[in-house]
Amino acid sequence: MPGLLALALCLLILCGCGKRETLVEIGDRTQELFLSNADEPSGLDPQTSIGNIEANIQLALFEGLVTGDPKQNMPRPGVAESWDISPDGKIYTFHLRHNALWSNGDPVTADDFVQSYRRMLMPSLAAQYSYMLYPVTNAEAYNLGKITNFDQVGFKALDDFTLRVTLHSPTPYLLSMMIHQSWYPVPIKTIEKYGALDDEANTWTRPEHFVGNGPFVLKEWRMNSHILVAKSPTYWDAAHVRLNKIYFDPTSSYDTEERMFRSGQLHDTFQASPSKIAYYEKYKPKLIVISPELATYYYKFNVLRPPLNDKRVREALAMSIDRHAITETVSRGGELPAGCLTPPDTAGYTSKTQIREDIPAARKLLAEAGYPGGKGFPTIELLFNTLQSHKAIAEALQEMWRKNLNIDVRLHNEEWKVYLDTMHHTNYDIGRAGWIGDYQDPSTFLDCFTTDSGNNETGWSNLEYDKLCKAASDTGDQSKRFADFQKAEAILMDEMPIIPIYFYTLPRMIRPSVKGFYPNLLDQHNYKYVYLDPKGD
Amino acid sequence: MLRFIIRRILETIPVLFILATATFFMMRLAPGGPFTSEKQASPAIRERMNAHYGLDKPLFQQYLLQMKHLLQGNLGPSFKYPGHTVNEIIRDSFPVSLELGVESLAVALVFGLVAGMIAAVKRNTAWDHVLMSLAMIGLCVPTFVMGPLLISGFALHLDWFNAAGWFFPRDRVLPALTLGAYYAAYIARLSRGGLLEVLHQDFIRTAQAKGAGPSRVLFKHALRGGLLPVVSFLGPAIAGLLTGSFVVETIFGIPGLGRYFVTAAFNRDYFMIMGSVLFYAVFVVALNLLADIVLVWMNPRLRLE
Amino acid sequence: MPETSLQSIAAAETEPSASFWSDAWRRLRKHKLAMFGLGVVIVLSVLCFSQSLISRYILGFNYEQQNLALGAAPPSRLHWLGTDPLGRDLLARLLYGGMISLSVGLAATFVSLVIGVIYGAISGFVGGNLDAAMMRIVDILYALPFTIFVILLMVFFGQNIILLFVAIGAIEWLTMARIVRGQVMSIKQQEFVEAARALGLRKRRILLRHILPNLLGPIIVYATLTVPEVMLLEAFLSFLGLGVQPPQSSWGVLIKEGAEMMEEYPWLLIYPAIVMALTLFSLNFLGDGLRDALDVRTSKD
Repeated sequence: MPGLLALALCLLILCGCGKRETLVEIGDRTQELFLSNADEPSGLDPQTSIGNIEANIQLALFEGLVTGDPKQNMPRPGVAESWDISPDGKIYTFHLRHNALWSNGDPVTADDFVQSYRRMLMPSLAAQYSYMLYPVTNAEAYNLGKITNFDQVGFKALDDFTLRVTLHSPTPYLLSMMIHQSWYPVPIKTIEKYGALDDEANTWTRPEHFVGNGPFVLKEWRMNSHILVAKSPTYWDAAHVRLNKIYFDPTSSYDTEERMFRSGQLHDTFQASPSKIAYYEKYKPKLIVISPELATYYYKFNVLRPPLNDKRVREALAMSIDRHAITETVSRGGELPAGCLTPPDTAGYTSKTQIREDIPAARKLLAEAGYPGGKGFPTIELLFNTLQSHKAIAEALQEMWRKNLNIDVRLHNEEWKVYLDTMHHTNYDIGRAGWIGDYQDPSTFLDCFTTDSGNNETGWSNLEYDKLCKAASDTGDQSKRFADFQKAEAILMDEMPIIPIYFYTLPRMIRPSVKGFYPNLLDQHNYKYVYLDPKGD
Repeated sequence: MLRFIIRRILETIPVLFILATATFFMMRLAPGGPFTSEKQASPAIRERMNAHYGLDKPLFQQYLLQMKHLLQGNLGPSFKYPGHTVNEIIRDSFPVSLELGVESLAVALVFGLVAGMIAAVKRNTAWDHVLMSLAMIGLCVPTFVMGPLLISGFALHLDWFNAAGWFFPRDRVLPALTLGAYYAAYIARLSRGGLLEVLHQDFIRTAQAKGAGPSRVLFKHALRGGLLPVVSFLGPAIAGLLTGSFVVETIFGIPGLGRYFVTAAFNRDYFMIMGSVLFYAVFVVALNLLADIVLVWMNPRLRLE
Repeated sequence: MPETSLQSIAAAETEPSASFWSDAWRRLRKHKLAMFGLGVVIVLSVLCFSQSLISRYILGFNYEQQNLALGAAPPSRLHWLGTDPLGRDLLARLLYGGMISLSVGLAATFVSLVIGVIYGAISGFVGGNLDAAMMRIVDILYALPFTIFVILLMVFFGQNIILLFVAIGAIEWLTMARIVRGQVMSIKQQEFVEAARALGLRKRRILLRHILPNLLGPIIVYATLTVPEVMLLEAFLSFLGLGVQPPQSSWGVLIKEGAEMMEEYPWLLIYPAIVMALTLFSLNFLGDGLRDALDVRTSKD
């Protein structure tokens, strides 16, 4: 093995040494952005893929009727130049720009949108995000196959550049929902050319076939190596697009992307490990940005199993956790301790009910439930999926409960899909969970715990809660909705089928030369506004 | 010889058949499916996705269907990457793993054999102890430590290489060293042990008695018998090397085949699991065949049965 | 027939008597490095298996006791080897992990050794169709998807340390079997075996008395190679939910986690790696010594 070093040395001499210009430095000069994107996207079709990895790339390749502003990701004109909303809030009329083009030069028309939404709702496409279109009249019925005539669905092209969208009930957050990729137009003619509309294996998203309408077009796609997009000459606002190219790097390991960042191969990292966050905050604060995310880390109780079917036990467990200690010393990403489910200031809503952290009260509740001083409390299991960060939090919880309540909790980790299966079958005692909001509205969180929600998984059911969530979705009156959400969240925090731990943050290392890349809750960055300034580095 | 090879190739058919059957039922028994995800799709949508891939049919019917496709050489679509077929994914990623595998193998053979031979000949001297200690360190420093250490030293501090990626010729150096070092350690230990065994044997003593020099004894007589354990080990080891390493490909961001062996199982990407297992099996069978042929060649007293 | 062949037949034909073992022990004792290895292994085992006493009476920390306020701290007078990010004493965790890793490592290696040697010896000695069938089974087992296999074990049998041995033993014996088979095939053609056959000895006897002793070298070498592999494999298994459950530790898990934080908290990688390396060195020296001590031929050198 000393030979190994010798070989390495020889090779090094052959390779030549000296300080090279890094990719990032080259990119800064030529407006080429090297972005970390955490994993290989499962696909680039905005209607059939579901993750944020995919959405990050689609954001460069497509543009919906509305698009997000660079800072807050709030709706602003995209392909639609302007829109009118009827007084009852049910009819939206979008006026499309005449100069919006597909990358093959065809104009983007109102009919393109109608046809795209028809595909999105085709039962046979089985698009998971089809529910994002459900506020539209009859969209759900068509998607579920109850009606087969698409003319009955509330999308209508009044002329080439006017689109009317009719809703079954006023939906005040419709425009923020429309930023989501499920509302992007797709090039129907191109898709048909390469296969059936509902064929998931359609190859229209390959670089050689690809057609989009976004600020960038797909140039190269090498699985597990990179995706390259280049500025689109046909984009209507091309004059304001400053980046020439974006490389999306699918590195799936935190540590690898951090090393690539450090060696000048990437402009940013997608994630950061807790120990690296602590290090960067201390020594390189200019290179790390931590921003809040619309997401909650929590644990679910199986309320069907004793002793957790006793509300007092659940409360005692939830009240005896030191959330600050967890965020400060375990997760260490600047997370906000969570006293409720919905992150604060979600589209202006903050829950008034918050969990108290009160150990004496927790002990008292546990005693009332029949376990004074933890005596007689059965050993329960804490389930989590295998990941270093989940494990550390589970270990911290275990120790806190032991110390504060004198009860014994066993930790149990499972491989990801086994864990999902266990959770779906409500076959656990206490299980880790996390939820990332799909759009900026409390309903994306609170709807999870209605009786018939597939994401409930706790066995908990409360008719009053269901009623409040339903009422909130049926009205357009924002203040009445928020009042309903407040009541619903109060019920949730009183019944406690979950233990909120913290609200996620997005810690990311980023070179100061990247400009116009503002942190926002959904972590969507409209690349149209991003540029590189070598002087900023 | 030819008969032997033909017979072995024929034996491969039941091997692949049993393997495919076992793999099929094993992966179906594992909880979770390709569409299990954190955000539950509605039951109606899940039903339709299952129908799209034929997962709604009775299991045995699915089994027959998949076997039929396999016979036609069609490994099926990937569930995780719906726009790509398993054949395509293997076609695109295998050459990368093959290249890295050959380079690592070269590193492993050169350093492993040289170290093993020196240590065997200079038994119980400082040479032996130093080389074998290095080999032991190579074994206890797993690739997931060795890789980051090499990157940290040569890429981040000295800036001679990129920290990760697979774009330029120089990007091959660190991964090949990382992967090769581990196998080199194995080969060094095995070849030393095997050679020592042989160096005690009668015919070597006879050769020595006849006045053959140490290097002549080693190369002319001892290597043939002494490397048998290495050859037996190398059959499956090379199959593993050429089809890629999950850890090294992840650490160095290499777009190879190795990572699919693990991620396909995690994603319950049924067709990808089956495809990768069978692909690997062909290598195992072929390289074990090769190893058996080499064993005979090295030891003429053996006959191919 | 050279004289030495007859000698080895004669040597092998003598019953392994009390004197054989005491001779072997005498030879082993003369082997300084082997004795050093044996000593280290014994000391480490004693330390690890009495970890609960050591934790309680000497360190004052047990392996799961946290100190969140302290977090990851470098070695100090209080925590001799430092602490991990949850403020747990690394030495206590290392000792606890040693208990797990030494048992898993040695037991699984033993299991794979027994299966591999028997399987490989039969396959190589009998040869023909039986050999072909047995080796094709090995080929199949090599290619089975290991991750799925482990997931199934965990799902159907729960988390059981015995299962860990089964899972590890089930794959680690394959290469051992191939190596043993190759050696047996080669040895059975050699003069002294032919001689033993000519003398009319029964096959079983030839296999046990004449062939197996000649396999000792490769077997011991490969077994010592298996130990570190098994210890590290255990970390992957616990990632899949099989094996040790947090907050328990093992050397494999400590090294894996230490590797993730090696730049910020190097002690979390260095100490577990040193202890593991020390163990493997010792086992290795011991293995070399054993090989020499048990080898009927070298004894006459």
